Amino acid sequence: MKNPDTLEEAPAIDDSRIRLVDRVAIRFAGDSGDGMQLAGTQFTNTSAIFGNDVSTLPDFPAEIRAPAGTLAGVSGFQIQISSDDIFTPGDRIDALIAMNPAALKANLADLAGGGILIVNSDEFTPANLKRAGYAENPLESDLLADYRVHQIPITTHTVEAVKEAGLGSKESARCRNFYALGLVFWLYDRPLETTQNWIRRKFGKREDIARANELALHAGYNFGETAEMFALRYRVEPAKLPPGRYRNLTGNQALAIGLVAATRLAKKTLFYGSYPITPASDILHVLAGYKHFDVRTFQAEDEIAAVCSTIGAAYAGAIGVTASSGPGIALKQEAIGLAVMTELPIIVIDVQRGGPSTGLPTKTEQADLWQAIVGRNGECPVAVIAPMSPADCFEAAIEAVRIATRFMLPVMILSDGYIANSAEPWRVVKAADLAPIEIRHATNGGDFKPYQRDDHGSRPWAIPGTPGLEHRVGGLEKAAITGNVSYDPDNHQRMINQRADKIDRIAHEVPPQAVFGDTTGDLLIVTWGGTYGAARTATQRLQAQGASVSHAHLRWMNPFPANLGEVLGSFKHVLVCELNMGQLQTLIRGRYALDAEGLHKVKGRPFMVSEIVDAAERVLKAPSKSTGTHKSNGGVA
Amino acid sequence: MSAPLTLKDFKSDQEVRWCPGCGDYAILSAMQKALADLGVSRENTVFVSGIGCSSRFPYYMNTYGFHSIHGRAPAVATGVKCANPELDVWVITGDGDGLSIGLGQLVHAIRRNLDFKIILFNNRIYGLTKGQYSPTSETGKVTKSTPDGSLDQPLNPLTVALASGATFVARCVDADVKHMQEVIARAAAHRGTAFVEVYQDCNVYNHHAFEYATDKKQRPDHLLYLEHGKPMVFGAGSDRGIRLDGLRPVVEKLDNGNQDGLLKHDESVHDPTLAMFLARMKHPEFPEPVGVLRAVSAPTYERRLMAQVQAAVEKRGNGDLDDLFNSGDVWDAK
Ligand code: SF4
Repeated sequence: MKNPDTLEEAPAIDDSRIRLVDRVAIRFAGDSGDGMQLAGTQFTNTSAIFGNDVSTLPDFPAEIRAPAGTLAGVSGFQIQISSDDIFTPGDRIDALIAMNPAALKANLADLAGGGILIVNSDEFTPANLKRAGYAENPLESDLLADYRVHQIPITTHTVEAVKEAGLGSKESARCRNFYALGLVFWLYDRPLETTQNWIRRKFGKREDIARANELALHAGYNFGETAEMFALRYRVEPAKLPPGRYRNLTGNQALAIGLVAATRLAKKTLFYGSYPITPASDILHVLAGYKHFDVRTFQAEDEIAAVCSTIGAAYAGAIGVTASSGPGIALKQEAIGLAVMTELPIIVIDVQRGGPSTGLPTKTEQADLWQAIVGRNGECPVAVIAPMSPADCFEAAIEAVRIATRFMLPVMILSDGYIANSAEPWRVVKAADLAPIEIRHATNGGDFKPYQRDDHGSRPWAIPGTPGLEHRVGGLEKAAITGNVSYDPDNHQRMINQRADKIDRIAHEVPPQAVFGDTTGDLLIVTWGGTYGAARTATQRLQAQGASVSHAHLRWMNPFPANLGEVLGSFKHVLVCELNMGQLQTLIRGRYALDAEGLHKVKGRPFMVSEIVDAAERVLKAPSKSTGTHKSNGGVA
Repeated sequence: MSAPLTLKDFKSDQEVRWCPGCGDYAILSAMQKALADLGVSRENTVFVSGIGCSSRFPYYMNTYGFHSIHGRAPAVATGVKCANPELDVWVITGDGDGLSIGLGQLVHAIRRNLDFKIILFNNRIYGLTKGQYSPTSETGKVTKSTPDGSLDQPLNPLTVALASGATFVARCVDADVKHMQEVIARAAAHRGTAFVEVYQDCNVYNHHAFEYATDKKQRPDHLLYLEHGKPMVFGAGSDRGIRLDGLRPVVEKLDNGNQDGLLKHDESVHDPTLAMFLARMKHPEFPEPVGVLRAVSAPTYERRLMAQVQAAVEKRGNGDLDDLFNSGDVWDAK
């Protein structure tokens, strides 16, 4: 695979100004009101429809409108497009579009040497420079000497270009994101059609705004064409994705669609009770638009009511789902225990964000693993699945519903802010190809026992409205079989065992742990959740260098796949890479008594491929296994 | 059809474990009797409760039952009703469960007007945790946790319900079982959230808290039995009534039984002012009203929810998974 940083090596094609490259990573950055998420999303969709593999990383501030022009208000959207499979949005960016000085300051460090830097020079006023903390104008210093800098008065050009649409000056200037987008479309030889269509759909009712945005888009494109400012253009050819129909999905969208699909496969009603929280709210927004699927959404008064309504809905026979992020999950935990005790199938989604407490609401982290697996009072196991990518959220949602209803217990889906907001192509499936989810409700007949277990160890799902099955459930310990309240010591032990046993049985129901690469060797990189992409890319790189490195990515976090111990034991070193301080590492050490090492990072951002490569190389070079000392700064511990 | 159900059919096989003499027994049998008389079906009836002495109630009803967690019964019941609007759902709670830890859930369930009935057993004490003051305990209450007297002002369950926009608000006392059955029947017939406060004697930790209202001799002088459209008259010989003086209710001794000028009860008036000042009438200055303070009709939450689902199906057709999968910008890779 070619390094996108060494563009010079690329061959020229038909148009002598266009170079073919395998991959390119671009970041749009501006003030949170500058429309950068929109520009990034449009670039993503156009590239995906063009046929590239795409991977994105939106990065926005927690404040809706932080003071304009400040570092706190910078909003960015990174996208990598490729003619190969890619798994990450890229470590370094090849091009940066900085709409103001603060955006330049916050993002410059990630731009590769020799990279393209497009700045909106209109915004480099003394006041804005001061707001961004620049003592002198970087455009006039040698700070940018390493980059190919293009200073363009984007606002001025935009206002001029959209004149005929007849908007006010403020509204005119607001079209500058489309100007920038048009320019980048030209630079990377993309068609304008998808965005044009989108503009017409979106602003159909405001003819003037639609017109202005289109004018700005074209003006940006034409500027690239005519200004002769850019020596080269770049093209990334379509990727060889497996044939089929594709669409882009973010993790939150994929979860929503997956839940609707799962509910249909189970011939059930989806009840979704949740309380707004970043970064999970989008799932509620999406599902609220699916009422024609008999999706019943309920915005509860708080996190506790959200999960409790979900439990009530499950009790009454619906597929009950609730979602939140770390702080909200903490509030829900008592009720999740109730669902464990009453053995009702609910789905709890945790879109993890930086913690503790309110933490970093818009940044990603994987530090809720312990909270998910053991964060409740008592011996209170739930099943936990962690999707590995945005598109995988679709599958994970269906699996979660399948397991929850088969084993009559809560299943937690551990997503994260990175997966939730980034997008990647999802291969559209046919509904008829999805396996139905069989639900067996208890029916009247004979002597009904609410806690009589079947061959999965599950109790019957007996729903109100069924004659003859009237029974009582609750949070007090249940007597085995009858489900009556019981304080009997032996019964308590037995019920604890039975609830744990259900989790163990799931291990045989889910696929065995797969290994990417040889099944024995020097090093096994172990990851879970959203770190999949960086670890897979790192493994490929290390393997290409001839290193004896394999990768095991876990999806089921509780229970672990039945063969995991065997897989881990076949390597000299095990390196667990996770965006926390060693939560999976500790679980693996405890469970398998093996000396797993860890790469830990809690900076609110995903791993870079290079960080994992470096850590792996350090482990491989180490003379022997050592538990090492704990280094908090991304070091191996 | 099988024979009509009787009180006994609503008794579960579980041994009732409240303290002997507890007011909860009377409420339980009033409920069982009322449901038998109403002819409801056991399989369509669900009792949901929180935590506390009162919340053991579902175990003793031979219906569906859910003993949930502290304060959250209204939220559990909300999910039950959204999933299956056809069920008859009763929420059983207490002054601690409903007005302390679960106040948020109570208020929000009421404001949505979900079609379930909430019975709040008010004994003005924490029973299950052995006798601490509760949100309805009078200021200065001496308990284990407040040896020098409590500092909090009590909450009034009925004004909380009214302030939340309750469409049905009623009160009864455990000692008057017949009246309690009537109130339960009225609540059952209401479409929307029905809120019923029951004065309940905790004879272990707060005995006689409501003696003025429950003692047979004192009851007529201290309770105002509300009847829709009737003048507000009370007292052993029906010798007193309630009259408005400006914006304030006042007690008036009747002159030869003359009820002219007395306030007439109107439970159906949409403006909650009348119900609110009835709810605020407190012993000993006033007789305390029992019966139905307010019963107005309004669309229920689940009916409106299902109407939205129905409208969406009519507008967009019954959802099709393949349409959903293929929506948005799609492209084909060859
Ligand atoms: S403690 Fe009080 S309320 Fe609880 S059961 Fe005993 S008497 Fe009844």
